[in-house]
Amino acid sequence: MGLPPYATIPQRIWYYAFRVICALIFIFLITPILVIIPLSFNAQDFFTYTPGMLRLDPDAYSLKHYQDFFSNNEWQRSLKNSLIIAPIATIISVSLGTLAAIGLSQSHVPFKGTIMAILISPMIVPLIISATGMFFFYSDLGNFMENTLGMGKNFVGYVKVVLAHAVLGIPFVIITVTATLVGFDRSLTRAAANMGADPVTTFFRIQMPLILPGVISGGLFAFITSFDEVVVVLFVGSAGQKTLPWQMFTGLREQISPTILAVATILVVVSIALLTVVELLRRRSERLRGMSPT
Amino acid sequence: MSPTGEPLLADTKSDTAFVEFERVQKSYDGVNLVVKDLNLSMPQGEFLTMLGPSGSGKTTCLMMLAGFETATHGDIRLGGVSINNIPPHKRGIGMVFQNYALFPHMTVAENLSFPLEVRKIGKSEREEKVMRALGMVQMQDFAGRRPSQLSGGQQQRIALSRALVFEPELVLMDEPLGALDKQLRETLQFEITNLAHQLGITTVYVTHDQTEALTMSDRVAVFDDGRIQQLAPPDKLYEEPENSFVAQFIGENNTLEGVVKEINNGVALIQLDGGDLIDAKPVNVTKPGERTRVSIRPERVEMDPSRLQEGAHTLKAEVLEFVYMGDIFRTRLRVAGTDEFIIKTRNAPDQVRLKPGEQIEIGWMAEDCRALDA
Repeated sequence: MGLPPYATIPQRIWYYAFRVICALIFIFLITPILVIIPLSFNAQDFFTYTPGMLRLDPDAYSLKHYQDFFSNNEWQRSLKNSLIIAPIATIISVSLGTLAAIGLSQSHVPFKGTIMAILISPMIVPLIISATGMFFFYSDLGNFMENTLGMGKNFVGYVKVVLAHAVLGIPFVIITVTATLVGFDRSLTRAAANMGADPVTTFFRIQMPLILPGVISGGLFAFITSFDEVVVVLFVGSAGQKTLPWQMFTGLREQISPTILAVATILVVVSIALLTVVELLRRRSERLRGMSPT
Repeated sequence: MSPTGEPLLADTKSDTAFVEFERVQKSYDGVNLVVKDLNLSMPQGEFLTMLGPSGSGKTTCLMMLAGFETATHGDIRLGGVSINNIPPHKRGIGMVFQNYALFPHMTVAENLSFPLEVRKIGKSEREEKVMRALGMVQMQDFAGRRPSQLSGGQQQRIALSRALVFEPELVLMDEPLGALDKQLRETLQFEITNLAHQLGITTVYVTHDQTEALTMSDRVAVFDDGRIQQLAPPDKLYEEPENSFVAQFIGENNTLEGVVKEINNGVALIQLDGGDLIDAKPVNVTKPGERTRVSIRPERVEMDPSRLQEGAHTLKAEVLEFVYMGDIFRTRLRVAGTDEFIIKTRNAPDQVRLKPGEQIEIGWMAEDCRALDA
């Protein structure tokens, strides 16, 4: 969209000013993330740009923080924990959130607004408050599981963190799935029932493929929420469930090692990759849905 | 189909009731009845149309038959078996929706294959049935397309063949042609009735378009206020409406109000509110003194008194408007105090073309004019 030939001088000024403002906002958002990337290649154990780095001297750069991340047991254990907790929490959030959204989209459900508000509340209530509540609730639950059911301490720890993270992820799934359900034609499920499909078949063959874009986006948000969550895991988890963000938080407080910059950089790259893949998936299923021409 | 998947009606004679509504009532809120005391019995192979204004309960009846709504009272039977407690997916009824309801994420062939897949029919048989069903609506070439790549008429053809592909004995259609333009509607009306009769399917068709109802159906059930006002073949419905709602709703109609003076030999003498006397056939009136609304079709009004019976009463009329419509002329008259009296005359070579302001005399055969409820 270029400038029309009849644009006045103020319009021309605004045309360029608008672009400058956009660029500034963009820089404001992205710089804090970008500055850590070169720093993570620092040959020194400092959090600052060394004179060598500024001269672009190759000797001032190294991969040693990355090596540290991949060889250090502490980091590897926390990575493993994150990779266990986040996917399971995501699966739980997506299943429960999708069902809740479908249930709440039915016209005959009483107290719809209230139920919705309660389910969404983990997203709105300050995290520290949720975390405190969860601490008490899950410690009782943990005691019950350990003492009465005789489960292993470590296993119970994982269950607690996974459940707590699932609760945090559910609101995102509910919101995105509810949004896709708005455009969902109810006569499609009726048509399927009419043709002899039972409700379960109808759900998996008809409804699920059509609301998949919303489910995928919600799942992504739920995954990210669990993957970089630090407050709740500090309250609910024990040392055995130390996740990546927890380890980074500890690293920042206790060791001040630039390894956390390397980790941060890896996470940024992984996030971008994840977002891209999910967006491509979402577009594909949106196309299948018949929203945009093939 | 019964829950076990066997056809319920393998050897039922076609003259017994296939679909039955018995004293069916429906209320959504527990206070207002949307459907009040519905009784209906359909033989197998019949094409029945439920016609009525919106809110008359016709779509609710269809939804109860399909199983998406439950009857508050009464019994709905299919092939003699009560289906009140059978869920929609076990009823084996085909349905065509107004908005087509094609699955957008599946191709045309996959859409048609879906009801066969859930019935666990083998792949080769499935493909054969899909192609045969597409052939019925001349859409074989579109098997690989997605619904979004088809026009409205094509989508409705696919929806129709999808409702027929699993060979149901009963097919429901919920205003299937409502979203299409006039010409396409007429073509599809013809195709649907042909298919239904060819395949011997029992069809319940819901519409608010009376032309559709008259041209397509074996019988029409006119709905109003949650009741069937009249259930009759199209010609009877048009020519012999049983009450003034049906007379008004079906086709164009002239209404005059008055009081019954006397009834003699099956002819009622009516004194109109303006004082004029006319002859009518008593339908809903039994004795002198009753108020009545008489109904006369625009094409049955006679402008040449010499062609009427000896002693027939006539009315004076003033021409208000003359509209040339091609095949017919539509003339609006002022008669007995109303400005909305319409007569229709055929565009024949010797037909008079009236001019506004002309004074004429009109009359009719007593049996064409029906004295209905007031």
